[in-house]
Amino acid sequence: MATYEMNDDSVVAVIGSGAGGGTLANELCQKGVPVVLLEAGKRESRATFVNDEWASFGQLAWTDKRTTSGTWRVARDFPNLPAWTCKAVGGTTTHWAGASLRFQRNEFKALTNYGRIGGANLLDWPLTYDELAPYYDKAEDKLGVTRTHDVTGLPGNNNFKVLYAGAKKLGYKNVHTGRMAINSAPRKGRLGCMQIGFCFQGCKSGAKWSTLYADIPEAEATGRLDLRPESFVTRIEHDDRGKASGVVYFDKDGKEQRQKARVVCVACNSIETARLLLNSQSPQHPNGLANSSGQVGRNYQRHMTGSVYGIFDKPVHMWRGTTMAGIVTDESANNPKRGFAGGYEMETLSLGLPFMAAFLNPGGWGREFASAMDGYPNMAGMWLVGEDMPQETNRVTLHPTEKDRFGMPIPNVHFDDHPNDVAMRAHAYRQGKTIYEAAGAKRTILTPPYPSTHNLGTARMAATARDGVCSKWGQTFDVPNLFISDGAVFTTGGSENPTLTIVTLAIRQADYIADQLSKQTL
Amino acid sequence: MQPTSPSRREFLKQGSGVLIGALVFSSGPIALLAPSKVWALELSALDEATGRALLRFARHLYPHDTMEDAVYAMVVKALDKGAADPGEKKLLVDGVAALDRAAGGDWMAKSPDRQLVAVKALEGTPFFGKVRGTCVTALYDNPLAYAHFGYEGSSWEKGGYLQRGFNDLKWLPDPPANASPPLARPGA
Repeated sequence: MATYEMNDDSVVAVIGSGAGGGTLANELCQKGVPVVLLEAGKRESRATFVNDEWASFGQLAWTDKRTTSGTWRVARDFPNLPAWTCKAVGGTTTHWAGASLRFQRNEFKALTNYGRIGGANLLDWPLTYDELAPYYDKAEDKLGVTRTHDVTGLPGNNNFKVLYAGAKKLGYKNVHTGRMAINSAPRKGRLGCMQIGFCFQGCKSGAKWSTLYADIPEAEATGRLDLRPESFVTRIEHDDRGKASGVVYFDKDGKEQRQKARVVCVACNSIETARLLLNSQSPQHPNGLANSSGQVGRNYQRHMTGSVYGIFDKPVHMWRGTTMAGIVTDESANNPKRGFAGGYEMETLSLGLPFMAAFLNPGGWGREFASAMDGYPNMAGMWLVGEDMPQETNRVTLHPTEKDRFGMPIPNVHFDDHPNDVAMRAHAYRQGKTIYEAAGAKRTILTPPYPSTHNLGTARMAATARDGVCSKWGQTFDVPNLFISDGAVFTTGGSENPTLTIVTLAIRQADYIADQLSKQTL
Repeated sequence: MQPTSPSRREFLKQGSGVLIGALVFSSGPIALLAPSKVWALELSALDEATGRALLRFARHLYPHDTMEDAVYAMVVKALDKGAADPGEKKLLVDGVAALDRAAGGDWMAKSPDRQLVAVKALEGTPFFGKVRGTCVTALYDNPLAYAHFGYEGSSWEKGGYLQRGFNDLKWLPDPPANASPPLARPGA
């Protein structure tokens, strides 16, 4: 653990300690780079995590007020909670389910493969699968992803048994307990999975990878990390030459602080990353920092999502064991014959009784709702997650009037489903329902999207400064020592859960930053 | 409001009350938890009649026929707590009065079907939204509800489900080992 002076301009300031920022900070520290890691949330631990959905939500979730607009149903059901992400050391790696899938080769070339689609701001990534492959290897090894690097798969729970039986009856080929960053046996100082359930509430055994108890302690052990929890960054500043010079933040006592920096890396999860860039406007950057393209905050993607629950005449007890216990990958390839571009995954999901009541049919009441809840012990559940279309009008903006307690405008999140998203969701619902019916479901329930946990694209990578905010290294085109280090860089979303790719890009970015620092080009 | 010394008479007049009920299902999961078949909920802001009406209203919103009133009383408890705020109390008291108006008389005295018609008539009102929203969090997030639905709650302190049935489903065939490997043993 290090302590750097506020005016020490040799440090790399990383904002956000989740999959992107936490990984980047550790990788830089391992290479000898001094890092100040600023995290808005508190430092919880495996000991303080609770197996209680509402209490844990209060402990970990980012609940600062946001507003919503657009035709997505989340805006109606959860008008002030567009996203379910975390404010805690470890960020949303405390909450993620652990699904760790590589992007498919073709998904880096969405524009080439899908062609122009009306209303969609499609673009190919400025990098290829082959460029990322060695880093995917490193990320899988770091996280201990099952079914990679000789790590055994997890044993399937009851929820998986139901998914498997139904999917096989439909003729699906690729059905298994997934590639998960959850230890099936002790590995790298983390225990094996105890099948606790409550993966979303902070893994109390530590079997699930999180920067909170994996990368951050490793970084602290180097003596180069200065982790500052409860530090809320409101502005990134730059000097006359146009280089980022430091960050302004409010510490745990609400006192304004100014940390100088040689390099600034933003990893606040797409909504806050865009908000911070937009709020850092200056005479040189009147539309927000690094926003000469006008793309900051735009192309906000949240994945096509939805859930299907099947009610059977015998018990399932889906809450027992890993939340995301298995996957069907057969629908993840691009197959335009289905009537939409891109693909989707089907992954088991379970919610505890309290969250089932909140999310099964938000706003629902009456006998139909209650009778579905009566089936709770006999329920199996799956989550549908697929590629959604980037749209320029799906956008994070600064609220014109409402400000937070630090005087920073709160973000508004605008989202409209693209017709491609709607067609994909309809297909996925149908397939999910059919899977459960094939396994003997007496009733199936189609649940609308939850607040977004996959938030992507608001500072996207592009080949040119006209089309995006940053290069294939996450380096912003406008400010050379300013980097984007989270899912905001995703040019398109793919059908896979994004964390593994965020970690992969962060490891690769650390190599690049360390190299540029040694060459004195930053 | 002026603080007044709460003589017993004033206390009763201002109306806080007690909801008392009895468990219906003597052998149900909740009876196993409960020390007694009788339950009581002391109200600090609402009177008993309002409390009873709100409990009935919650039963109409989320009708689980075999679930004890004692669980629905959790909703009344949460509403009563919020009713320490005079604005919230007024919302609830006026809401119950609106039910009476919608029912053309004493709502509690009507048949369940007529009661439900009045409930539906109030959908979209702030009162309806308040009670419904409170139900979502209060009704399904307490030990009695867990027992009713068979939800097992916190598990880590029992070692999770690794040795307690995470894969005990027997009514479907077990997936093959390549899809669902046996439990990995360290060093094995």
